[in-house]
Amino acid sequence: MTMSNSATLAVPVGGLYHRRRIANKVALSLALGAAGFGLFWLVAILWTLLYNGLSAINLSLFTENTPPPGGEGGLLNAIFGSVVMTAVATAVGTPVGVMAGTYLAEFGRNTKLAEVVRFINDVLLSAPSIMVGLFVYEVLVVRMGHFSAWAGAMALAVLVIPVVVRTTEDMLKLVPNSLREAAAALGAPQWKVITMVAYRAARNGMITGMLLAVARISGETAPLLFTALNNQFWSADMNAPMANLPVVIFQYAMSPYEDWRQLAWGGALLITVAILLLNIGARLLAGLGTTRK
Amino acid sequence: MTMTHMDANSPAHGSHPMPPGMLAGTAADRPIAGAGLPEKISVRNLEFFYDGYRALKNISLPLYDRQVTAFIGPSGCGKSTLLRILNRMYDLYPKQVATGEVLLDGTNILSPKQDLNLLRARVGMVFQKPTPFPMSIYDNIAFGVRLYEKLSRAEMEERIEFSLRRAALWDEVKDKLRQNGMSLSGGQQQRLCIARAIAVKPSVLLLDEPTSALDPISTAKCEELIDELRSDYCIAIVTHNMQQAARISNFTAFMYLGELIEFGNTEEIFTNPTKEKTSEYITGRFG
Repeated sequence: MTMSNSATLAVPVGGLYHRRRIANKVALSLALGAAGFGLFWLVAILWTLLYNGLSAINLSLFTENTPPPGGEGGLLNAIFGSVVMTAVATAVGTPVGVMAGTYLAEFGRNTKLAEVVRFINDVLLSAPSIMVGLFVYEVLVVRMGHFSAWAGAMALAVLVIPVVVRTTEDMLKLVPNSLREAAAALGAPQWKVITMVAYRAARNGMITGMLLAVARISGETAPLLFTALNNQFWSADMNAPMANLPVVIFQYAMSPYEDWRQLAWGGALLITVAILLLNIGARLLAGLGTTRK
Repeated sequence: MTMTHMDANSPAHGSHPMPPGMLAGTAADRPIAGAGLPEKISVRNLEFFYDGYRALKNISLPLYDRQVTAFIGPSGCGKSTLLRILNRMYDLYPKQVATGEVLLDGTNILSPKQDLNLLRARVGMVFQKPTPFPMSIYDNIAFGVRLYEKLSRAEMEERIEFSLRRAALWDEVKDKLRQNGMSLSGGQQQRLCIARAIAVKPSVLLLDEPTSALDPISTAKCEELIDELRSDYCIAIVTHNMQQAARISNFTAFMYLGELIEFGNTEEIFTNPTKEKTSEYITGRFG
């Protein structure tokens, strides 16, 4: 960043400009240091995970169910349970979130009700997930009399909703009003303006939000402890407790058995890679712009 | 800046049809502008309020069928506001109220019973910034058509070709109708927006500074286009460019601070205005 003709642009030493240059250097080093500190721990965590988890990755991890202590096994039932509950939670939470976000961005602009809804949504967004687990425990598990995959999926859905509401609203607000006016000027009723023009313009951002919500819930442990619990065996019954990766990791990692802890490392690596892929996918989609065909 | 070169018969575009009987007479005994021409839209005693602020004050003027009417005036004088009343665009926002009458073919469109979507299908609008929808060129045009008509595939293709030809864009895009409309250049995007407006077969076209975001060549193309469209539509155009108003319009309305100062035949407004304010504005002494 040196000027070619620096001789003619000599820096006055001791002047205001000089002080600014020093302040700039100090601020820059502090920022770099902070970034490095954060990155160090991220790399350390990933490295530990890879170091311990890679040896646990083998075919039986994906083909066999969770074993009793000392037995041979894998994580098939837990992977299946996680996928199923995440899918159900997304299927339930996304439409609700998209509709609520649409209300906030399109219909409820500048209304008191929208302000209240937005505030409550923000509270929900930062609510500890263990509270959500307890809530669903109280509402579903206690009434049904037993833990179940349905309850687990509902707890996760409650976590999906605020994330999707927030991103949907934000993305719709980024759609320029001129686009809505242009559609309305052709005689399009409001619902067509929203579904055919605004959603299209905001589509990538909205899908990104959904993927981020999926990434968020796929690692949640606390809400599942109170709802789906766990299951040592294969179960596809939504009305019964169901195995899932986070709770299996929680139980196995705390156990005294070496082979269980090994499985926990494998599961942790699996979840991390899955979330990483989801995030990369979200990034790619968000960066894709609106070009199509 | 002198404006002596700015008469209505600007050499760039040649003369355009002036209504007969309009050229005679001095400013003092000028006949009512456009007398005898059919009025497509009649604005009567129109007032407009933004949250209580009176933005338009007792406006009355006609918009003649198959003529181009230009609205000129300094920023904030209410030109765009007036245009946005003609398709009731202001209804999208709360706290905006219009009183008075706006008759479109004799019906008051300010009436609460007026169906806004049907009105907007009849009164097309093109905005300052090109606003292609994030979809293919084909779908950009088909979007509006599909709202009110069920066309077969062949009919739709015919309609799309018709409107793109009408907007002088067909030759440039005929091989890439499936491409995203946003991939076009700014000038092409604006002509796509005009094509989109024409495709729904409106009878009135409202143009809100349609060329202010375009380069000179695209502007010239759009002006040629407006010149051609004049034979089929009632066109109202808001412009900050007085040469443009002089070049393409048959009638000109000069507005100032929410009032209509002068309305008349474009040639007379620009060569022999009756009001001091008008003459000051068109000669560049203020605004």
